Amino acid sequence: MISREEVEHIARLSRLRFEEEELERFRHDLSAILDYVNTLGELDLEGLKPTAHAVDLKNVLRADEPGVCLSQAAAVANGPAVEAGQFVVPRIG
Amino acid sequence: MSGETRPHSPAPGGGDGTSGEWEVVIGLEIHVQLSTNTKMFCSCPVTFGEEPNTHTCPVCLGHPGTLPVANERAVEYATRIALALGCRIADHTIFHRKNYFYPDLPKAYQISQYDLPLGVGGHLDVELDDGSVFPVGVTRVHMEEDAGKLVHAGGATGRIHGADYSLVDFNRGGTPLVEVVSEPDMRTPEQARAYLTQLKGLLEHLGVSDVNMEEGSLRCDANVSVRRPGAPLGVKTELKNMNSFRYVQRGLEAEIERQIAALEDGERIVQATVHFDPVTGSITTLRSKEEAHDYRYFPEPDLVPIEIDEAYVERVRASLPELPAARRRRFVADYGLQAGDAGILAANRPLGDYFERVAELSGDARLSANWVTGDLSAHLNSAGVGVEESAVAPEALAGLLALLGDGTLSSRLAKEVFQVMLETGREAEAIVRERGVGQISDAGELEEIIAAIVEANPGPTEEFRQGREKVLSFFVGQVMKQTKGQANPQLVNELLRKHLAG
Repeated sequence: MISREEVEHIARLSRLRFEEEELERFRHDLSAILDYVNTLGELDLEGLKPTAHAVDLKNVLRADEPGVCLSQAAAVANGPAVEAGQFVVPRIG
Repeated sequence: MSGETRPHSPAPGGGDGTSGEWEVVIGLEIHVQLSTNTKMFCSCPVTFGEEPNTHTCPVCLGHPGTLPVANERAVEYATRIALALGCRIADHTIFHRKNYFYPDLPKAYQISQYDLPLGVGGHLDVELDDGSVFPVGVTRVHMEEDAGKLVHAGGATGRIHGADYSLVDFNRGGTPLVEVVSEPDMRTPEQARAYLTQLKGLLEHLGVSDVNMEEGSLRCDANVSVRRPGAPLGVKTELKNMNSFRYVQRGLEAEIERQIAALEDGERIVQATVHFDPVTGSITTLRSKEEAHDYRYFPEPDLVPIEIDEAYVERVRASLPELPAARRRRFVADYGLQAGDAGILAANRPLGDYFERVAELSGDARLSANWVTGDLSAHLNSAGVGVEESAVAPEALAGLLALLGDGTLSSRLAKEVFQVMLETGREAEAIVRERGVGQISDAGELEEIIAAIVEANPGPTEEFRQGREKVLSFFVGQVMKQTKGQANPQLVNELLRKHLAG
């Protein structure tokens, strides 16, 4: 079972805020997920290389040739707030 | 932890505290933007200073369902850098996601590298002003993508009073970056600056980046801590985003001063990101790293591994230009240059190329080096331009040196003609011909003048004949006066002796 502090830490990293009973529920849910993933640990993986991918592909690269960009209007079209062709975000710095 | 700074002049290898010697430990992280045509994982052009959000696409804007594909040339440039720093190139390298929230990062993660970087275990031999060399270890060289740019409402001059938002421009987002992480091998801010200077020269030499600190194509973060000599490493702080060599040195000096003062007051150093304000010279703590450092790296599932074989590494190695250190040694060995001149010429690739061309054309390497590092460099520095923009081409400088070599011009006249060449872009010979500057080396012409002077001065002539050698200088003076200083001094001496001997 993961600790309540760990849940709070992950929530903070994810910029999420939870009520008291939600924290407790996530403790159980997240623990169940981790336990399930941990069943992988029961396999004997001796001598196997770690895999980051299920597909057997490597060296997929593209030539350094410019393609087509979005227009400024299209680029910011989905922005909830836009000013002077830029996305508006809460003040930083 | 006030922002006030105290006067600080670190001794070599450490800092003086009132309670005894402190040793300073510095490591640098350099981010360099690669000068590829397109971004790291999409085909948007890499640009600078364009209208905001005009060079973006769904990939670099982080739209769901898009797939990044790595830029072949960026991988090659990164390999070049790693090889030039003597790193071992990984035969298997992968990208990771580095997760953090910041508005300039649309995916809320940066594609970077983690435990399987492109290159590890290199070093850079850093030459100090006194000619001594110290090696700085390079921990790793890895590839990643740049973030977008945050502009505070109110524009470049600052935030509008009361404005409570920032604006995001993603043109820069996704630009290929290479991060070069050094070992904590530097002991003084001067050494850190020397390492940075040398690394910048190397990157420029490799032709992989514009390395312009003001425009942000080269950025420097410094990790710094202090300890008692021989003690374990102290707690470090990270000085972020210093955008000039001078600020790197001054920022480090101020932070070292602050740490020593705090420790001597019995305080504890907290691991944190700090900022140096070049205007006030003060240090402010931005954020404690305790929370922020959890990036939850995991392998980037959208990108497949890169496997690099020996043939590829050798091909890239073969494409490397001669590196500054090797070039410096060759200039000393082959041309007989002084270590100082060789260092200056080797550190700057275009200047070194220019020198070699002049040396080849003029046949006098040392004279060529003197002019390129002397009069030419002085002009370039004061004009603030590179040698590529010099009004005097290597062929033209060689032409001037030829006139110096055959005695047409004295050193003094050559310098004057060189100034005219810089101003007009004309050939030395044409200037000499047109303005009549140039030494009179025509024996016939000089003999006439000298004969007349000897005849007009029977007294001194007699004195010379009786053995008063000193009188010769009187005659030389007379000849120079008549020829406005343009007579070849050696020839004048020779001819005077002949005529005075009677």
